[in-house]
Amino acid sequence: MAEDIRDEHTAGVTADEHTPTVIADELHIVYRVNGAKTGKGSATAALSRILKRGSDETARGVRKVHAVKGVSFVAYKGEAIGLIGSNGSGKSTLLRAIAGLLPAESGRVYTHGQPSLLGVNAALMNDLTGERNVILGGLAMGMTREQVRERYQEIVDFSGINEKGDFITLPMRTYSSGMAARLRFSIAAAKDHDVLMIDEALATGDRSFQKRSEARIRELRETAGTVFLVSHNNKSIRDTCNRVLWLERGELRMDGPTDEVIKEYEKFTGK
Amino acid sequence: MPSPPQAAHPEEESYPSVSETTHDGTVAVSAPVSPDEGLTAAQLAARNGLTVSGARPSLVEYVRQLWDRRHFILAFSRAKLTAQYSQAKLGQLWQVATPLLNAAVYFFIFGVILNASRGMPKDVYIPFLVTGVFVFTFTQSSVMAGVRAISGNLGLVRALHFPRASLPISFALQQLQQLLFSMVVLFAVVVGFGHYPDLSWALIVPVLILQFLFNTGLALIMARAGAKTPDLAQLMPFVMRTWMYASGVMFSIPIMLADKPQWLATVLQWNPAAIYMDLMRFALIDDYGAENLPDHVWAAAGGWAALFALGGFVYFWKAEERYGRG
Repeated sequence: MAEDIRDEHTAGVTADEHTPTVIADELHIVYRVNGAKTGKGSATAALSRILKRGSDETARGVRKVHAVKGVSFVAYKGEAIGLIGSNGSGKSTLLRAIAGLLPAESGRVYTHGQPSLLGVNAALMNDLTGERNVILGGLAMGMTREQVRERYQEIVDFSGINEKGDFITLPMRTYSSGMAARLRFSIAAAKDHDVLMIDEALATGDRSFQKRSEARIRELRETAGTVFLVSHNNKSIRDTCNRVLWLERGELRMDGPTDEVIKEYEKFTGK
Repeated sequence: MPSPPQAAHPEEESYPSVSETTHDGTVAVSAPVSPDEGLTAAQLAARNGLTVSGARPSLVEYVRQLWDRRHFILAFSRAKLTAQYSQAKLGQLWQVATPLLNAAVYFFIFGVILNASRGMPKDVYIPFLVTGVFVFTFTQSSVMAGVRAISGNLGLVRALHFPRASLPISFALQQLQQLLFSMVVLFAVVVGFGHYPDLSWALIVPVLILQFLFNTGLALIMARAGAKTPDLAQLMPFVMRTWMYASGVMFSIPIMLADKPQWLATVLQWNPAAIYMDLMRFALIDDYGAENLPDHVWAAAGGWAALFALGGFVYFWKAEERYGRG
């Protein structure tokens, strides 16, 4: 199955389509966490830290987390790139930096068009009906009102929310976690993107919904220039990606074709 | 620029799919920033028309992006407003019931218990007080929502692309809609004390527009400050309370400060919150005449609105690319 997809995908690649869409150049991302200095949570400690101004950030209780350390790569049009690595290796952070959502400490990311993260969760409100969330989510992703209206039925049908009765007019807080996840994915996947980034989105919903969403991701990949996929599921990476970046402790450990990198990764994780 | 060691190999054995369909020369392109071509990442980006991700757009471009998002801004503010009371049994009725209860409390304390009129007839004082409370609350809640506009919505900022000014503007808009519900109660109170609608009520519209502009500018400033220093959310209630007492919400500034130096009353009267409150009272209450307003009051109302709306917008835009850092 993996082979089919890859052939289908590469058949359309010609030399002039082989243009870079994302270039990461020595990218460093650092998070700053306030008041996370170990063992000093009391108010007096916080006060004394503030008074210590002038000294460096560490002394004031700001802890730095160096999440991505000098990652460089070039992604091309038509590629589907998987990001793998153990928890906390900087995968999601890297995605957000590519999308321009997290400022870089140093280094740069150049992109073709506007990369978008497949994730609309934060814009949705549990107290609103599914119906209003579809509209709100669509607008939040930058769709026009007309586009939202056009796609509305498509989104609802895809999510399958109404299969068991009229749930779309109920507040989202009444949905089961699976239903909510399905609706979120359906909204997020409704828009076409230049560079699309997907963070663990495939693991939602029941088996039939997973199949539908994998098909939708393949579709998106055809219309999008480049797709990035973060997942811990090696099978879904194999099924959808032709290139894999392996991150470990914020560093790019390996970059190459899916089979090779996954083989090494599985050796590393002891599978 | 040294190419990362682990990325140096893919030319030879890798990308079977790619090398099948392309001639020899392109294989090297598969390697990140091929040293053979001697191009730095920046040059490669420039040659292919790539731009820096997350860079701040120009001010004109920013305004255009914001305009494109106007439906989102409106939908977001209305969604927030609706979500507020969606778990309550009475639902959206609270939009009106909350200001009504507020007005009732003030009436009970100041009108019945204290019987305080602070140099005004009672049928003027109660509408005076309620107008002041509602108008000041509009500014107060815009500031409080502004402080948290970015810092309280980091999830949204880190997940989706949109001009960040959408958030503070949306929150200010939510407060405006909230005020419109309060206005219904306010009209009832004002009419209840015998001040019937007349031509001067038309002034409500320009006053609300100017105050909304002022509030939005203030919310933008607070949003940037709050994004950098979330502690402001703890501090602002005290600042706002001080501002409230200094703006003559519960008393008439010229009457209360009659025995204090003149400049103090002038300064307090010219502060934006007092200006908008006084204009609204002037519009609604028959016996609250122009003698209670400072000179050039409309110029002041317009000036504050323009200064804060423009200044706040530019100030917010200046840090656009930095919002979302943890």
